[in-house]
Amino acid sequence: MSDLVKLTIEGREVEVPPGTSVLEAAKLVGVLIPHYCYHPGLPVVGSCRMCLVDVEKSPKPVPSCATPVAPGMVVHVQSEQAKAARRAVLEFLLINHPLDCPICDQAGECELQDFTSQEGRASGRYADYPKRFNPVETFGPDVLYVPNRCILCTRCVRFMEDVAREPTLNVEERGDRAHIGVFDGRPLDHPWAGNVVDLCPVGSLLSKDFLHKARAWDLDKTPSVCPGCTQGCNVTLETRDNAVLRVKPRPNPSINRWFMCDHGRLNYAWLNRSDRIEAPLVRRDGRLVPVDWEQALARVAEVIRSARGSWVGLVSPGASCEALEAAGRLLKTHGGGGAFRVAEGPEAPLAGVPDLALRKERSPNVNGALSAGFTRDWAATVDAAGRSGLVLVLDEDLSGLAQPLAAGELIFVGTVLPEAARAAAVVLPCANMAEEEGTFENLRGVRQRYAQAKTPPGMARPAAWIFGAILEAAGHTAGAPA
Amino acid sequence: MGFPHPIHPKETPVLSRHFGEAEARSYDGWVKRGGYRALEKALGQTRDQVIEEVKASGLRGRGGAGFPAGVKWSFMPKQKTKAHYLCCNADESEPGTFKDREIMRWTPHALIEGCAIAAYAIQAEQVYIYVRGEFTEPIGVMQAALAEAYARGVLGANAMGKGVRIDITIHRGAGAYICGEETALMNSIEGKRGNPRIRPPFPAAVGVFGCPTTINNVETLSSVPHIIEKGGAWYKGLSLSNPKSTGTKLFSICGAIARPGNYEVTMGFPLKELLYDVAGGMRPGRKLKAVIPGGSSVPILTAGEAEQTLLDYEGCVAQGTMLGSGGMIVLDDTTDMVYQVMRLARFYAHESCAQCTQCREGTAWTVKILQRLLNGQGRKEDLDLLLDLAEQMTGRTICVLSDSCAAPVVSAIKKFRPEFEAYLTRPAARA
Repeated sequence: MSDLVKLTIEGREVEVPPGTSVLEAAKLVGVLIPHYCYHPGLPVVGSCRMCLVDVEKSPKPVPSCATPVAPGMVVHVQSEQAKAARRAVLEFLLINHPLDCPICDQAGECELQDFTSQEGRASGRYADYPKRFNPVETFGPDVLYVPNRCILCTRCVRFMEDVAREPTLNVEERGDRAHIGVFDGRPLDHPWAGNVVDLCPVGSLLSKDFLHKARAWDLDKTPSVCPGCTQGCNVTLETRDNAVLRVKPRPNPSINRWFMCDHGRLNYAWLNRSDRIEAPLVRRDGRLVPVDWEQALARVAEVIRSARGSWVGLVSPGASCEALEAAGRLLKTHGGGGAFRVAEGPEAPLAGVPDLALRKERSPNVNGALSAGFTRDWAATVDAAGRSGLVLVLDEDLSGLAQPLAAGELIFVGTVLPEAARAAAVVLPCANMAEEEGTFENLRGVRQRYAQAKTPPGMARPAAWIFGAILEAAGHTAGAPA
Repeated sequence: MGFPHPIHPKETPVLSRHFGEAEARSYDGWVKRGGYRALEKALGQTRDQVIEEVKASGLRGRGGAGFPAGVKWSFMPKQKTKAHYLCCNADESEPGTFKDREIMRWTPHALIEGCAIAAYAIQAEQVYIYVRGEFTEPIGVMQAALAEAYARGVLGANAMGKGVRIDITIHRGAGAYICGEETALMNSIEGKRGNPRIRPPFPAAVGVFGCPTTINNVETLSSVPHIIEKGGAWYKGLSLSNPKSTGTKLFSICGAIARPGNYEVTMGFPLKELLYDVAGGMRPGRKLKAVIPGGSSVPILTAGEAEQTLLDYEGCVAQGTMLGSGGMIVLDDTTDMVYQVMRLARFYAHESCAQCTQCREGTAWTVKILQRLLNGQGRKEDLDLLLDLAEQMTGRTICVLSDSCAAPVVSAIKKFRPEFEAYLTRPAARA
């Protein structure tokens, strides 16, 4: 295309649209120019001066984040002058930095650490002057500020000002006395405030929830989708020892950019519940007794064969599309239908990003449930369940039900066993969303895959697998179209 | 001495002609002295004629950078799609500089007239005069003059009865040196923290409130009426030397000099004559040691260099320094250069806006090294370290505050290195 600008970065030719910064263009040819203040989701200030590079015919190094590409530009990232400039910036940044990496949560994922070991000086020349000291401050419900580690990149300030549009953070004082300040009487309690922790390139802004929980290098990272609401933010589940310890946003320019809300971020403890159903249970002599899957599915087949009357499904909109579709198909082939209900909360938009909000409906797969044929007629369906021959439950906690669930039999597929399901004929343990691979459909109809981050407890299986098995037990070929 | 002082025969008073005359502060007094004729003339011309006249005069920015004023004005969009703004930089905070203060104190209408002409030329209806917050007296004088200018119809919706809207607002700074940097000044006017902005975009494209903006110094704008009235050629003819440095310049002379004060001489005037004749020479028994010619931010000149310097933009560059704002700090033979440099660096460390790493950390580190040197605890590698830091603080940042801190340090170490070394071998010479 002719409207692209052609330039050379570190000897590699690249063509980018006009207006692209040198830093972004460099990324395209696999050159990461070190930077701190620059973040693709924030306005450019060009203040950290870490991304200085040499451009041929320019007398002094230029900040690559704030320099647009020009035709024929020749950029040297690793020239002596540019390296010296960045080495100096690192030395300046470190003179007041406590170097307390051994007790810092950011260690291992710290850009100051990374770039210093990559191109910093072996030792500083600041000698024995005292370092700047300011006490640790609480900024908000989940955000802690450690000013001594701060490099004043102002990403947090710009996030609150330009993305959250609630400018509660600022830079206080001048010169080397400067630090990040929070507006008096206005704690950092914006529903999206937790992003400042992700944006902070060093260990200055920390999540209280994650504080001293794990070292960054011990965490396994799995791409996933946030189960917190219908927005479908892309996230990374970070696990250690088969437990989710932290949820971080995963960039997706068309859904959540680089961000996620605090609700989604802190709503992961249920993925680690220990009161899970670990084995299939079948009713024998009035008691639920653990059996293996073969016996359980044989019992399911018996229940299905002997069921009289209509079938009703009560499902969770937090289940995967695959599970919901299999369940929907099972119900449909037996002339039944099902419904779901959704927990609700106040909608909390991120003002600076179009169509990004913590949605009112706090379940990830409402659209998936609708596409699978389930309805929102919860009350009517519960009512019908009371008269039906067979009730299928998919991970619905059945709280607040006034009447016994089924006139006939109940097959319960779920992660934990609620009191209301103790009358079930068969209880089948399923994996939660962190323990299976699956798909959610967000409120804009985008289907997104999430991967398995941890192993399910005991004999629990993914709900989609379970419904496939039930379909088979009911005499359908698992793969056959409905 | 300050003002009023009798005009020295070697001075060429253009801006300072009426300094010391209380009557010149009033509208009537100003009109009696020929005021507002230039504005009337300018409003009768096309905007391009005004800009061309200023271009022809060769007038260059008096705030320090020396950018040709007419050229700067011509950068403003010809097709006005958004509001245009003129900002007058009256945030005179450069150590050793106090010329704009005197212009505002004595001839406020000269500045108002200059602002109005410039506003007309660049199609701005709104002018902000950003005055240094500490200037209580000049602000009072300016406000009174502004009220009078409005009352007499000079400004407002129908300025001078010519159907042009020109409004002037005085904006008082809150005491930050960095707000004298043009983009920081714009941020400050917008009510934001006074941080310099990265360029591009330049103010002529995206300035105050995101609109095309021109920023000129008080002295620059106050020179404009004279140029409009007497012609660019006349102004250019005032220069003694280089055709690229024209007109007259106010020099604020302070420090170890017999008669400190503001002196107006033509461009190209010898620095030696200015010090020894116009400003009365050194104090009895003292010898000239060094001069910082253009406000504290420029490289220091030794006595020998200073005595050969011609005071214009090129003359200063020839000696390895800059004309800057024309705030001349004179240092005599009793001066401890290490201490002076530490004082300067401490000023910059205090005033750094904290955006750029080199400046935020580098200025403060420089001060610490110099203080330790003064305490007799310096190390032999400290001087090279200072030079190395200075190199990394020069030309690496958004604005030039960091460079300004580095320039005096580098020049002092280069030119007065024995004094720095003496501190290494003379412990605790200055407690």
